[in-house]
Amino acid sequence: MAKIVAGVGCSHIPSIGAAADKGMEQDPYYKPLFDGYAPAREWIKKVAPDVVILIYNDHASAFSVELINTFVLGVGDRYKPHDEGYGPRQVPDAIGHADLSAHILESLILDEFDMALANEMTVDHGLTVPLTVMFDKPDAWPCKIIPLCVNVIKYPQPTGNRCFNLGKALRKAVESYPEDLRVAVFGTGGMGHQLQGERAGLLNQEFDQHFLDHLKDAPEELTKLSHVDYMRDAGSEGIELIMWLMMRGALKAPSEAYRFYHVPMSNTAAGLVCYEETE
Amino acid sequence: MGAEIPMEKDYDDIPGTYVFDTKRCKDGFHLNKFCKTLDDAANRALFKADPSAYLDQFPMTTEQRAMIEQRDWLGMLQVGGNIYYTFKLAIFDGLTMQHVGGLMSDMTVDDFRAMMLDGGRKLEGNQSKKQNQERKPEQSEIHNPSER
Repeated sequence: MAKIVAGVGCSHIPSIGAAADKGMEQDPYYKPLFDGYAPAREWIKKVAPDVVILIYNDHASAFSVELINTFVLGVGDRYKPHDEGYGPRQVPDAIGHADLSAHILESLILDEFDMALANEMTVDHGLTVPLTVMFDKPDAWPCKIIPLCVNVIKYPQPTGNRCFNLGKALRKAVESYPEDLRVAVFGTGGMGHQLQGERAGLLNQEFDQHFLDHLKDAPEELTKLSHVDYMRDAGSEGIELIMWLMMRGALKAPSEAYRFYHVPMSNTAAGLVCYEETE
Repeated sequence: MGAEIPMEKDYDDIPGTYVFDTKRCKDGFHLNKFCKTLDDAANRALFKADPSAYLDQFPMTTEQRAMIEQRDWLGMLQVGGNIYYTFKLAIFDGLTMQHVGGLMSDMTVDDFRAMMLDGGRKLEGNQSKKQNQERKPEQSEIHNPSER
């Protein structure tokens, strides 16, 4: 049977991808960040997932204002990087696991999580940056990737509680898939940041640390955070952290293998946690 | 259960923040759609060649069009723009998120970068319009980082 073996919480700040693409990892601005990623890259080699379910948000790339879905699961064979204005990132295509994603889609809907599905879509920095963070620059990503998009741009976003529960349903879906597969779940985005308005540049390290301290053992407490709690205290774009809660929902009894936090990266606080499933 | 939707939006109390809710999303539809087309290199070339003719394709309000033409990044948000869309125009202009962050908060890009390196804009004084009014009615809502 398929099994969830690990979870990762990871910021997906575009400049991290740009720095890696330009080979600027040793630049003094980026070095502390990439040095901080090194242990996670070693760890994921040992975890060696066959499939990563990558929870992220599309930043007006594959989807636009015509139709806004709350949850979209990719069920395709291949996802190409999107042109976000600079030309597409020169990273490998994400290769899907269509059979597992079809199983997850049906399981989630029957479990009353009404997912939209994408047979074809491009993927932006929300998906590609966490892959760079964890896997560096391979010729091909070392695992299959199932994209799960969450609307975090248009209010109201799904609640943190809804995301947490969807994570639990995701676990149930994976565990009922007959093939022996090692599955990792990445929850991406965050940490605290605000890109927009006169308050642009807001960071709240206290909020971020509280979130990191409670995600493993007291996620239920974090599920009580309201939209306005996130927007006010973590910055309007800090609400992306609901995607970390979805990852956490997919884990039963995680142990923390690694944690890293760095301020600032561009206009954002960069966070990373690596969890191993112990059950 | 069913959450109640208050008429007065709780998030309107957050200073300097334009929550992209359903109304703003509707109001800003054509503005955001214009920005979205800049994902395509061929469209970027067309916009570069003749900005005015390119913008004519999108039935925006006069005000929205003026915000775009003036590159008023804060104004765009106030008339329904969303930062992930308007940033596509900023990328077209060769700007980074620090440039735009500075322009929206009346700071130079160097000051904005320095503020980020110093740990970002502080929450204190930037958390609630109501609180700010109660504390210091004479001061503006947004802390000027140079005052810190």
